This record gives sequence, C-alpha cells and structure tokens, in this order.
Amino acid sequence: MQRPNDTSTIERSVKVETHRQPMPPRERLERIFAVEHLDALYGGKPAIKDVSMDVYKNLVTAIIGPSGCGKSTFIRCLNRMNDLIPSFSQTGSIRYHGQDITDPGVDPVAVRRNIGMVFQRPNPFPKSIQDNVAWGLKVLGLKDNLDERVERALTQAALWDEVKDRLKASALSLSGGQQQRLCIARAIAVEPDVVLMDEPASALDPIATAAIEQLMHSLKSEYTFVIVTHNMQQAARVADMTAFFSISRGEEGQRWGELVEYDATEKIFTAPSDKRTEDYVTGRFG
Amino acid sequence: MSSTEIAPDSTRRPFTGRRVRFGDVSLQAVAGTAAAAATFLVFLIAYKVVRGAQPAIGKYGLAFVTRVAWDPVKNVYGAGSFLFGTALTSLLALAIAAPLAIGIALFLTELAPRRLRAPVTALIETLAAIPSVVIGLWGILVLGPILRDHVEPALHSALGFIPLFGSPSSTGSSIFTAIVVLTIMILPIVASISRELFLGVPRDLKEGALALGTTRWEMVRGVMFPYARGGIAAALILGLGRAVGEAIAVTQVIGGGLGIQLNLFATGDTLASKIASSYQGAQSNIQIASLVYLGLILLVFSLIMNVSAQVIVRRVARRQGVGLNRGGLG
Repeated sequence: MQRPNDTSTIERSVKVETHRQPMPPRERLERIFAVEHLDALYGGKPAIKDVSMDVYKNLVTAIIGPSGCGKSTFIRCLNRMNDLIPSFSQTGSIRYHGQDITDPGVDPVAVRRNIGMVFQRPNPFPKSIQDNVAWGLKVLGLKDNLDERVERALTQAALWDEVKDRLKASALSLSGGQQQRLCIARAIAVEPDVVLMDEPASALDPIATAAIEQLMHSLKSEYTFVIVTHNMQQAARVADMTAFFSISRGEEGQRWGELVEYDATEKIFTAPSDKRTEDYVTGRFG
Repeated sequence: MSSTEIAPDSTRRPFTGRRVRFGDVSLQAVAGTAAAAATFLVFLIAYKVVRGAQPAIGKYGLAFVTRVAWDPVKNVYGAGSFLFGTALTSLLALAIAAPLAIGIALFLTELAPRRLRAPVTALIETLAAIPSVVIGLWGILVLGPILRDHVEPALHSALGFIPLFGSPSSTGSSIFTAIVVLTIMILPIVASISRELFLGVPRDLKEGALALGTTRWEMVRGVMFPYARGGIAAALILGLGRAVGEAIAVTQVIGGGLGIQLNLFATGDTLASKIASSYQGAQSNIQIASLVYLGLILLVFSLIMNVSAQVIVRRVARRQGVGLNRGGLG
C-alpha cells in the first residue's frame, strides 16, 4: 500500500505543458470574483457546500472533479443561471468586482450581460450564422458597426475564414466544433467581462477541442475564462489556476460537492497538497 | 493462401425461404384497409356533395359563389352573403384569439407560478371539450344579453365612426356575438398547441439567449417565437378551420340575416350556419341543391386551408435549416 505523502510514487499520468507564460505573483493579480462560503441547494438538498475561492482577471481558471461534484452548479452560480431552476437556493456570497451578485436585489440580466456563458452542447439559435452573432448585439443595443462586430467576434473565435462565404447559411449546417466556436463568438461579441465555459469541448472531437483551447489562450488577455472540464489534460493545457472539487458523503448517504484544493495549475498537477487531489489527478480516483 | 469455409451448422435455420408471419400480415391488412377506407371516404363525400349540388351548379354556375341573394319564393340563391359572413366572423375571431392564445401559452410555459400551470392547463383544455351546442346556449342566454346591454353600446359610442361598430342589436343575436363565441372556441385549441410548441423549445436555446444578458421577453421574441413560428401558423389555420366550419353555435347566436354589411352588431349568417338552419325546412329541390352548393364551397375552403397549413409548416421548417429538432449536437 502506498503511503499518502510519498510524492515520489505519483505517476506523471498527466503531462503538464508549460508553454503558458509564467503567472504573475498572486498579490499582483486582480480579483474578479471573491466567492465566500457558498452553499448551493436544489430543493433544500445541498449540491455544493462551503466553497470559497477567488477568480483572477485575465487568467483561465479550470474547475475539475468527478461527475456529480457540483462543478456545473458552481459555475452557474457565477452568472445567476441557476435562477432558472425553481427549487434552487444559495447562501454565502459571490462578490463580483466587489458587489455581491447573490443579493436578491441584483438584476440577473445585468449580471449575465457582463458574464457570458458557453454550454456543454453547442446551442446555436436556429438562425443564420450571421444572425446568431448579430442577434445578441442588436438586442443589447450594440448596433453600430454591426457587420464589423460580427466579423471581429467570428475572427476571435477562429471561425471567420470557415464561414465568411456563407454567413447567411443556417448555423445548424455547421459541424459540432464549428457550432461551438459560433457559440463562443456569440458570447464574446457582446463584450462580456468574463466567459464561463461549462465543459465546452465534451461533445467535440480532438481537433475541434484543440481549436477551442487555442482560442482561449489567445483571448485571455481580453477576457477572463472559467472553464469546467472533466478532462484533466485539458485543464492542464489551458488553465492558469485549477480548482479541484470532490464529492463528500454525509452519514445518512447525502452527497454534496466541495472544493478540495485550489492552486496554480502546475501545483495541482505536480505537487497537490491534498491526498484526494493527488488520487484524482494521478488517475487513482474511484 | 487457402481458407476453409465454415461448415454449415445444421442446427441453424437457413436464411432463405421467408416465413409467413401471421402478426405482420394481419397488421398490414388491418392498417392498410383503414387507411384506404379513410381516403376512399374523402373522395366519396366530395363526390356526393358535388352530385347533390349539381342542379344548383347547372342552373347558377360560378356566379352563385358571389351572388348576394337567398330567396326561396323567387328561387334565387347565392353564397355571397354567407361567404362574407364566414370570412368576417372567422377572421375576426382568429384575430382576437391569436394574441390571447399565444399569451396564455406563454403564461403557462414561462410566467405562471409552477403550481398554477397544471390546473390552468387542464381548465383550458376543458374549454375545448365543451360541446359547441352548450357554448351556443350560453351565447344565447348569457353572452348575447351582456354584449347587447353593455359591450355593444360602449363600442358604438366610443368607436361608432368605424363602420364595424354600428347600432347595437336588439336581440343579442349578432355577428359580434358569433365572433365572441367563435373566439372562445378557437382559443383553447390554439393555446394548447402553442403551449406544446413553447414547451418544445430546447432549454439549451433559452439558456443560450439568457446567458447573453437578454431579458425574458427578448428571449421569447428572439428565440421562442422564431422556433415555434411554423407550428403557431399551423395552429392558427387549424383554429380558422374550426371557426369556418362551426355550424351549431354560430346558428344559435348569429340571428340569421342576409346581405353584406360591415356592422358587426347586425344579424348575419355563415355558410355553415345557413346550411344548419335552413336544411330542415328547405322547400324545393333547387333550394336543397343550393344548400349543398354552400357545403361544397365550405369543403373547398377547408381543403385550401388544410393544404396551406402544411405548406407553411414545411416552408418554415426548411428555412430554419436542416433538422429543426437536431438540437445542435455535432
């Protein structure tokens, strides 16, 4: 049996690619979210308990962990997306640029206006490619230079060259990977501050996945990304900071997710300080 | 290189020689007969109606369709008045019912407190189940007098400059009463179909719109309406078909009248109500044939509406791209 703290026995099953720029020291980073003691409940049953973590500006922050650990629940707390679920409730605070967005007086529409989201399954609107991007711009009143804005967003999402000759074609005629990049273009076209990504590549092939990771790299100077992923290699490739969530079990069989460890990605994958993180990143989880 | 073929296994049944399966054959026979019978029936009815109308068609020709006359004494007949009555009542009823029904559907899918949704949906579907003769009775006893005493005078004094709102009726039986009755009959159909359509809008799409920071109304207008557009158009045409074909309730409240006039508070007749009210007492063969001719016009009308509903649905589905319900999984 292995002793818990014998780090020399950790197999490097996850290769950490380090072509990232070195991260600035933590005190020089600007906090964009400060989550404190967040509990999220569905129908009174906790899905995550006591999560406290900061998210920093212009970094990619990955949330990893096993299925059912509340990764998606957590990320959907960050833009009040859980408001759409009737039985949902939460306690604790999420300060976004200092303002607590869990406050009932906060307008969720205004929150989502600043904090965009890309979903697990590509969900383009049943409109043309162009209208998918332009619709949000029009509705939100960003009508000046509409064509330019559409082109810029599609270029940023690395899709422009593939679709520039068929902007009027239905978005549903695109491949899955293209659809997901269109959804990213749609999200960044309205100039959000933060882009949340809920397993954006889980329905995509490796080439489309690489394209999306590449564009996160190139866009993080302009946006802040929070990405949920079940794919550890993906977290290792794209994220500056990584949070590991795990499932805790209560005495009477209750299960909830909680934040186990949150640190620089390299630290999480090479020298985790918690045994549960170590087991997970080395593939011994289960 | 040599290969040996696997020796046939004597216990395995060979694939050749199709067995006759009793279940498959009888399913084919029963389903095929039913489908053939239904198709045959449509043609049989059409044939019978054309045959029955033949004397009137022969005597009046196509001029019958637009002639405004119905005189059993002089034996002069025409459908013009009733075509006008049908168009006026059913189109106005649809115009009133459409926004209300879509509003109800939106309320039931998006806005109502969850606890209210199931009971209100059930109530609205019950409204569709009320026999039309009962709605007609209610129209005579309750709705007609209320409209005559309160609504018609108010509309006349406020909007009397519009020809539609002329002098109020004296009995409570009027085109207006018929329109309100038809609205009540169309409403649950369009509302419950629209509700199903709105429920069918994928959650992914709604969340995708809301995640951009759009309001609920913007999401409804920009995503839910376009998604459900084709289906709603078809639902409206279905409702229109119901209004055009409704005979009993309209006969009960429309009062019976001849002529083309815009005043909604006057009495009138529709194709269906004229057939229902006059067939029993028809005196001459030519009058009966003329009534059947009205039926033929009604039949052609509903056929056109049915076909156009299907054309609209297909065209919208095509415009929205391949596979409306693909949901975007690549």
